[in-house]
Order: sequence, then structure tokens, then C-alpha cells
Amino acid sequence: MDADTRILPNARGERLYDLAEVLRSKNAGPLLITFDVILPDAATYRRVVESEVLTPELIGRLYDLPPADVQIMAFEAANAIKITIPRTGPTSGAPGDRDVYGAQQHVPLIDILIP
Amino acid sequence: MDEVRILSVTGNLGYGFPEKSLLEGASRNPHMIGADNGSSDPGPYYLGSGQHLTKREQVRRDLGLSLAAARRLGVPYVIGTAGTAGGRPHLDGFLDILDEVSKRDGHRYRLATIQAELDKELVKKAVREGRVRPLGPLPELTEQMVDESARIVGQMGTGPFVNALEAGADVIIAGRACDTAIYASFAAYKGLDMGLAFHMAKIIECGAQCAIPLAANDCILGTLRRDHFELEPMNLDMRLTPTSVAAHMMYEQPDPHHFFEPEGMVDLERSHIVSLDPRRVKVTGSRLVSTGKPTIKLEGVKLRGYRTITIAGMTDPRLIRSVDEVEKRVRDGVARLVQGTLRPEDYELRFIYYGCDGVRPIRGAVAHPHEVGIVIEAIAATQQAANTVLSLARSSFLHGYFDGRKATAGNLAFPFSPSDFEGGPVYEFTIYHVMEVDDPDALFPVDIREVA
Repeated sequence: MDADTRILPNARGERLYDLAEVLRSKNAGPLLITFDVILPDAATYRRVVESEVLTPELIGRLYDLPPADVQIMAFEAANAIKITIPRTGPTSGAPGDRDVYGAQQHVPLIDILIP
Repeated sequence: MDEVRILSVTGNLGYGFPEKSLLEGASRNPHMIGADNGSSDPGPYYLGSGQHLTKREQVRRDLGLSLAAARRLGVPYVIGTAGTAGGRPHLDGFLDILDEVSKRDGHRYRLATIQAELDKELVKKAVREGRVRPLGPLPELTEQMVDESARIVGQMGTGPFVNALEAGADVIIAGRACDTAIYASFAAYKGLDMGLAFHMAKIIECGAQCAIPLAANDCILGTLRRDHFELEPMNLDMRLTPTSVAAHMMYEQPDPHHFFEPEGMVDLERSHIVSLDPRRVKVTGSRLVSTGKPTIKLEGVKLRGYRTITIAGMTDPRLIRSVDEVEKRVRDGVARLVQGTLRPEDYELRFIYYGCDGVRPIRGAVAHPHEVGIVIEAIAATQQAANTVLSLARSSFLHGYFDGRKATAGNLAFPFSPSDFEGGPVYEFTIYHVMEVDDPDALFPVDIREVA
């Protein structure tokens, strides 16, 4: 899979990294990684949700996971979208893990384009 | 009691909160002061080794200030997950600091300590009876996995804390505990609504992490009433908004609308956050829903061996293009040199290339960076074996041949002498399961004694 699959085929728009106020990853326990995409206001939040770009299929492609393992939830109260995936390699801090806190796993999301 | 004011001094005792915030908090006459002191976030090492993440001097400072505030006000002082992982050595280490601080400051109080380390036989019995299930992508627990674990703790809920409060404890130091239990237990003790109490506890257990600007190492006051709670950061330069509080509800949680405690599921679908003024919010509508039989979350780790590492840099452009070739020769060379002493399955050797794919694999072609940082890691059954494997790998990499090599004096720029670092024991989480129990409080005995 090459780097271009991060960006949707005919997509135009702004990068999620530029739209989001917070775009972060973190452990949710030693077995899961959870991503928070917090948008600056309700209008941007609606734009991202209504674009239907963030799907389990896309996240699954970016993180080499079956879509069924990807959980995505809209959280209107915080103008935010939450994405949670399992750690498929070593658990947090086990030999071979590269990110004990899971704090630098968000980067594959940054180039997603939102129309 | 119609109003309970709870002061959370910090998200982790030892991270260092401003003294001014503590004084502000104390001036509100809180009914209880508390702090969390642990987390599984720093990885399996702490639970396995018995070591603490926060150092003695850090804890002494935070504990000294906040305990003194609680004793001045004569209100309960509560610490959960003492010593990072909340096992027996963690609790004992924390109590040693408490003893030092109490003697120094001349405190007198009734102390409750609550152990959270679980007997392996008890867990094995639960495995045999089919009362244990994995949380997420781990295998089903077996009796062998229990036997192989270095240490197992259970996360206590509010019950043991309430027992300690009812016994008249002034200071409660608990082993592994649900973060919420530290604060929600006081509401349970006073008979307030537990849906709201758990929600408030879930927010304040991180200190002022929900504030703007966010800071886990600052104080926050939660005021719980019959049908709502209010939050206010005790640093007067910080503020709260409904959005900042909602955003915090997502933090480290797979689901922002629900979370699970031994007492049941906390349902936030109908929670509503409004602004009271630029620094305070009010929350209503959070509910506790029973989920049937109580469960306790188990955490356990297994010893994987001992680690030695070296750190170096590379900058020769031909070398950077040839690291795969060099690495392969090093692996083969090490295997040959330890033959007769170590079999390939007796050690693990890893090469991490920072600047290339040290944190995440990169897809597709990438330009070669002008510098690459390398970490070589060896893990083996003894520290000595790990030292040997790493030493061989380091010297082989330093002098390793590759096609077209021009810099024949050495491949690695070492920033340090000595170049090799012993990492000590290496652990892995093997138990992250829930166990059904009839009486969860019975697992966490409360010990009461007078400190004078």
C-alpha cells in the first residue's frame, strides 16, 4: 500500500490536521489506542461528521486493521469524534512496543482530507 | 448531607501542584482531600518490579503539603493506587514516605491501609469456575498464566474506602484502585447520588486536566449536591467551559458516553454541562446503571527477561542506505558468536532506527534522512546474557561491513561512554481481565492503626 491511499481518491478539501483543534492518540488501557479529533466549533464538527469521510474502512486501511475492529463515535458535546483501535502488536510496554503511552500514533490521520 | 466539597490536588501525587492552588482549595473548606498516585500508562515494569514512577522527593513534597492541609481542616485524606501500580511493595514504599512526613510534621491520625495485591490461588479458583474473561484482545486466562505472573493486583471500587471511612479513618492509603473510587467513595459514604458522584470523580481524578489551560498537576474542587455537581479549578488563572470538560471526558476512554466501574455502568448519554460563570461549570443528568454481578478488573505482568541497550547515531549516506544489510550481518554474527552458549530462542535482539521508522512504519518510498538514530536492544534470561548479546551486537554494528563502505573506521557515533545501558527486568502485561466476584470488598482488607 502506498502513501497515496491516505488521501481519498478524488478528495479535495482541508487536512484533518489543519481543521482539528486537538488531534491526539493515547492508550485506553494497555490493549487499546484511542484517538480524539476535537474540532474548534459546532460548524466544523458538523462538516467533518456530515462528510462521512471518517469510516471504519478508511481507518482500517490506515492502521492495517479489519474495519470491524475500528470503533468510531461522534461526541457532539465536545465537538469531537473518537476513534478506538486495538493494539495489534505487543501490548503497551511489552518487548517490541515502540510507544508505551500510545501518544504518537495519530499521524496516519493527519492527511485525511475533509471536503 | 446535601453538599459535599471534594478537593483533588493533582492527577498524580508527585507531579507537583502550585501551593497557591492548594491554599485556595483549602479555603473552600473541602470535606475531603485526595489524589491518585498511579496508572498502568507507564507500562508493565512498575507492577512487575515493585518500583515507583514518581520519585521519593516528588511524593514527599506533594504529600507533605496536601496532608498538612487535610490535617489542619480535620478532613479525610485519601490516596489511591499508591506507588504507581498499587501492589504490596508500592503500598509499603508509599507508607514509608508517609511515615517520614508524618514524623517530620508531627501529625496524629487514624490510618487505614488497603492492600490490592491478589493471592494467585484465589484468581486460579476463579479461572476454574469460569468467572474470568479478557478485556479486549488478550487470550482467555489460564491457571498457567496466573502461575507465570510476577504480580497480580485487583482494582478496588468504592466499598473498601467506605469501610475505611466508617471505621473513622483520617488518612486512607490504598493499593490499586479505580481512579474514581478515591473520590466517589466519599459520596457513597454520605449517601449522595452515585451516577453524579462517579462522573464528578472521573473528571477530578485527573486534577485540572479538564481546565483551560489544561494541567494534570493542579488542584480542582468538585461540589456534589443532590441533583448536580459543580467544578472549579483552584488555580485562579484557569477556567472551565462545557466544551473543555466534555473534551476531557473523552480522554483515555474508548467511549465518551459510558464507563464501567465495579458498581455498574455510568451512563452519560443524558449528562448536561452548562457554564455558571467563566471559571465554573454545572453538570446534571449522569446516571449509574447496574450491570448485574460485580466484577473486579485484574492486572498482571510476566517477567520476559533482562534488557541492555545502546544508543548511537549514523550519518554516512551510504551507511544509512545499507542499514538492512548491516543489521542482517550483525544478527548472523551474534548468533555465530554465542553458539554453544545461547540458542536463537534464548535472546531477543532489536534495532530501532529513529529518523526512519522508529515510531511507526512508513509506507511507500521515503527519502533517506541525513541522520538516523539507532537503539540496539538485547533481552535475555539474565542481565549478564543480555549484556553479552548487546556488546557483541554493538561491536559488530560499529565495525560491520557493507557493499561500498568508505568510512571503514566505524559505523556508529556514540554519545556516551560507557555506551551500553542495563535496563533491568522487562515485563509484559499478560493479565488484563475482569473477574466476577460475590463480595468484591472481601478482596481488599482494610487495616486500621493509630499514628501518633
